[in-house]
Amino acid sequence: MRKHLNTIYVTTEDAWLRKDGANIVVEVEGKERGRAPLHLLEGIMCFGRIGASPALLAACAEAGIAFSYLSPIGRFLARVEGPRSGNVLLRRAQYRVADDNTRSVLIARYIVAAKVANQRTVIRRVLRDYGASSPEASQKALQAAEAWLTDTTRRIVKVTDMDSLRGIEGEAARVYFSVFNLFIRSEDPAFQFGGRSRRPPLDRVNALLSFLYALLGHDCRSALESVGLDPQVGFLHADRPGRTSLALDLMEEFRPVLADRLALNLINRAQVRAADFTCHEGGGITLHDDARKTVLTAWQERKKQEIRHPFLGETMTFGLVAHMQALLLSRYLRGELDAYPAFIWK
Amino acid sequence: MLVLITYDVNTEDAAGRRRLRRVARACLDYGQRVQHSVFECEVDPAQWAELRARLLDEADSAKDSLRFYQLGAKGRQRVEHVGAKPVLDLDGTLVF
Repeated sequence: MRKHLNTIYVTTEDAWLRKDGANIVVEVEGKERGRAPLHLLEGIMCFGRIGASPALLAACAEAGIAFSYLSPIGRFLARVEGPRSGNVLLRRAQYRVADDNTRSVLIARYIVAAKVANQRTVIRRVLRDYGASSPEASQKALQAAEAWLTDTTRRIVKVTDMDSLRGIEGEAARVYFSVFNLFIRSEDPAFQFGGRSRRPPLDRVNALLSFLYALLGHDCRSALESVGLDPQVGFLHADRPGRTSLALDLMEEFRPVLADRLALNLINRAQVRAADFTCHEGGGITLHDDARKTVLTAWQERKKQEIRHPFLGETMTFGLVAHMQALLLSRYLRGELDAYPAFIWK
Repeated sequence: MLVLITYDVNTEDAAGRRRLRRVARACLDYGQRVQHSVFECEVDPAQWAELRARLLDEADSAKDSLRFYQLGAKGRQRVEHVGAKPVLDLDGTLVF
């Protein structure tokens, strides 16, 4: 089985990345900060103004290391892409399904069902962990949301047209985020969640979520590319120039599990504090440099946790699950599986 | 798996110094330098075969000495570091 490899995050402004032999070297102001052999890496993410030598970019493209540029707040800017590789027959199969709405729904509904089921699990965990100690009104709200989402999961697997699927997904997101504030145990009023907002995120919780979603998107995209799927052609998300729709599709299953839970842990354990964020003039809120390191460390730790894959029954790290799902999706597209088994977290 | 590689390359002549550089370069491509002629390399079996072949190719078995210590998949746990020259944990979070 594929090994879970490491990702380098470069957050120091004006850092310079170069290749030395088969190593990547991180330099800041002409001084070497660190080096690592490329075979241990699967991704390089640069936040802000970071330079990289052409030789390094070429080596990454060849070795299949995902190289992404993001803005300091984690918004995706650019990536380095090597020559298209992988199986052209698989990609053709993917395009055929994507062009056919009724066949796309067969995949998309399991993705959405898994997402909603995972959202429900997040609520269940909150109820289990500290449901008894919260006020009765919030307990009731959580139970109602949990019941609605459970019910909806069953409803989704029978949906046959894309529009109603997207409608149900939106409704589920609204129900889930309407109780999101109750997941937050921090007494600090700075961590009030005022509904999902992005571009720019308008509160600290949203800023944290957006940042984690950007990290997740990067991982999903590289997982898809490494199994030879085209990350731009999605089933649930419509094609749009520059958008990695399939990566967004794949992400849906993991959002509640990997990003939302991690954001809640960081807030509830006070690993990030109100002062870790900057408020901008337009009302947008972003993470500070130091806090970004805390979040990245927590993210890497989360990816190293081991779980048992519900479909494959194998123990693996969380970081590998996206790769496994991409593999399962490609098997379904090739006709080796009867349905796409989306990732449902227990 | 983690492999510890140590070497003594005879540097009396120019050819020896060249061998030294090239042996060090091969080790560096696969791992990290922990002391002057000591490298820790995290490799899978295929990569280890490559690296080993490359090292045997570069070194002169009549003059140089190479030692490979196989520390296995849980090799990290068998290593304790004390003192100066801290090294990077390549399995840990790499934020620069």
